[in-house]
Amino acid sequence: MLEETGIPDRDDIQNNLPDEERLKEGPVAIFECYQEIPCDPCYYSCPLGAIEEFEDINNLPELDFDKCTGCAQCVANCPGLAIFVIDYTYSEDEGVIRLPYEYTPLPEVDEQVIALDHSGEEVGPGRIVKVVNNENQDKTAVIWLAVEKEKLVTVRHFKRMEESSDG
Amino acid sequence: MRIKDHPVLDFKRGKEIKFTFNGREIKAYEGETIAAALHAAGVKELKKSLKHDRPRGLFCAIGNCSSCFMEVDGEPNVKTCVIEVKEGMEVNTQQGKGELSG
Amino acid sequence: MDKVDKMDRADKMGNLDKVHKMGNLDEIERIELAVVGGGPAGLAAAVKAAELGLESIVLFERDNFLGGQLVKQTHQFFGSKDQYAGTRGIDIAEELTDKVRKEAAIEVKTGAVVQGYYEDAVIGYLEDERFQKVKPEKTIIATGAAEKMLSFPNNDLPGIYGAGAVQTLMNQYGILPGEEILMIGAGNIGLIVTYQLLQAGVKVKAVVEATDKIGGYAVHATKIRRAGIPILTKHTIKEARGDSKVEEAVICQLDENWNIIPGTEEILEIDTICLAVGLTPKIDLALQAGCQMAYVPELGGDVPVRDEDLEMTEENIYIAGDAGGIEEATAAILEGELAAINAVRAISGGGSDLEAVYAEVSEKLADLRRGPVGEEIRSGLKKARGDENAGRDRYSRQRRYSK
Repeated sequence: MLEETGIPDRDDIQNNLPDEERLKEGPVAIFECYQEIPCDPCYYSCPLGAIEEFEDINNLPELDFDKCTGCAQCVANCPGLAIFVIDYTYSEDEGVIRLPYEYTPLPEVDEQVIALDHSGEEVGPGRIVKVVNNENQDKTAVIWLAVEKEKLVTVRHFKRMEESSDG
Repeated sequence: MRIKDHPVLDFKRGKEIKFTFNGREIKAYEGETIAAALHAAGVKELKKSLKHDRPRGLFCAIGNCSSCFMEVDGEPNVKTCVIEVKEGMEVNTQQGKGELSG
Repeated sequence: MDKVDKMDRADKMGNLDKVHKMGNLDEIERIELAVVGGGPAGLAAAVKAAELGLESIVLFERDNFLGGQLVKQTHQFFGSKDQYAGTRGIDIAEELTDKVRKEAAIEVKTGAVVQGYYEDAVIGYLEDERFQKVKPEKTIIATGAAEKMLSFPNNDLPGIYGAGAVQTLMNQYGILPGEEILMIGAGNIGLIVTYQLLQAGVKVKAVVEATDKIGGYAVHATKIRRAGIPILTKHTIKEARGDSKVEEAVICQLDENWNIIPGTEEILEIDTICLAVGLTPKIDLALQAGCQMAYVPELGGDVPVRDEDLEMTEENIYIAGDAGGIEEATAAILEGELAAINAVRAISGGGSDLEAVYAEVSEKLADLRRGPVGEEIRSGLKKARGDENAGRDRYSRQRRYSK
């Protein structure tokens, strides 16, 4: 389906996740990198050595979930904007997804937004928790978006309230 | 329409200048090509095709094709997609293949 | 080409240094290397040649700025981290341009259009509205590519652009091409430009793609899909409508034989159509210089036949970047470097340092092309090198009779 629509299959998405135990421990990176293309900046971006060095730059990245702390350095450094960090431990009801964002203007902290899934469909409300846009991110901001925990697997983007009125 | 806010780019526009298109005064910025400045002013039709008199606009924007030929300060067949606009320039829709005797 | 043909062609093309009175051989500037084209391949070639010790390099660029198409690539590049991956195209352009400007051995000629490569290996070019000449020992042609067109009724209406034109307006001049767009083609360029349009605040109604698969990288597709942009495979544009500019597009579904499925037509109200239906190498100069061509669909059409060293069938002329086959900018940079190394090797006679640099660059290029997305390129290059050109002109280098 990914090849025909640009929407990854549910199974593929599920296969990117670590086991439940790791998810309960705290934030962790999710690599939605499904195609072997020549690319390796993620390896260099990880301060913890959690991403295996590429033997062939066309290989898919391999992440050691136990070494990953969900710091999101790789999120801003992936040229394909294909890495996300999900955190099931944010609060009692909410989880947080940290996602790459290259649109303007940047959202404000506490702003209410509409969470979107892999196909751009609205999946419910979201709240901006943090906006990280440091110099070293080269204009790829990392947005912390709080959503209901069970939606962390599906939410990958968001739109602003004012955008939603014109459908 | 000119972009004001962009997530990656910061547009440094040159000095504001004026030129004319078929006699109408148009505002532009130094460094813009003639076709780009016309676009910003909403002018999309740049010439008519020679044989069938069909409207033609910008197509390649890098000087490969001939879709943007116009008469500039009396000179015909100017590739307006790569030639920069200048203060006081007279840009006109070209008639046919253009004339060289002025 | 036999001798008679060759003589005949010489008559037509002429010998600049002998025939032209003004162009007495002594008066024509002699240089070591001419690089035609100031895009990624040309810039990288000039820099590498200077780094390797050449002292007289002229870089020709027809536009008034260097960087070629890199100057409008706002996205981060893929490839290897030590080869600009993760860096935006606009920043790569700046970095390469800076390097070129810092090299005293490189004379940069912007706004200079190369007119022809003559029988006596003299390059004629137009600069400041004057026809001028230079005689290089070696020449690297890095003239890039041109966009392909798609035929459908009213495809000539204003408001229908090549994808590069949309990028030029939007990313170079900060001017929006329109407000509501239809994108034709889901290769990398179609997907990337769609994303750039979204970043500039333009509404993209859909991306249509005639084949049954998205041709561009999956990561480019997922990025625009999650922003809500439909990517419609097995769809095409049936016609554009409008009087003085485009106002509507009729799109429709295709069956497995590429025929329109009746009744699937849908009218989209748009003010812009962007065509991203592929590129073809800009071979004019190589062709005029007499280099043999081979039709290689994997590389975008007619491409110059070249050997492993990127030298074409005319001696002393090398090809690099998209002019030799459509690939992407990182590969173009490496090919530019490789062509420069080979040109320097031919001039200086080589040496172990040069061999080490050669090995390093060719290894990087091979790495880039090694994976599944490099398969087409690998197969195309085999054909362009003449190994699989049975039935066509076999590879044979023309030796120029005047040096």
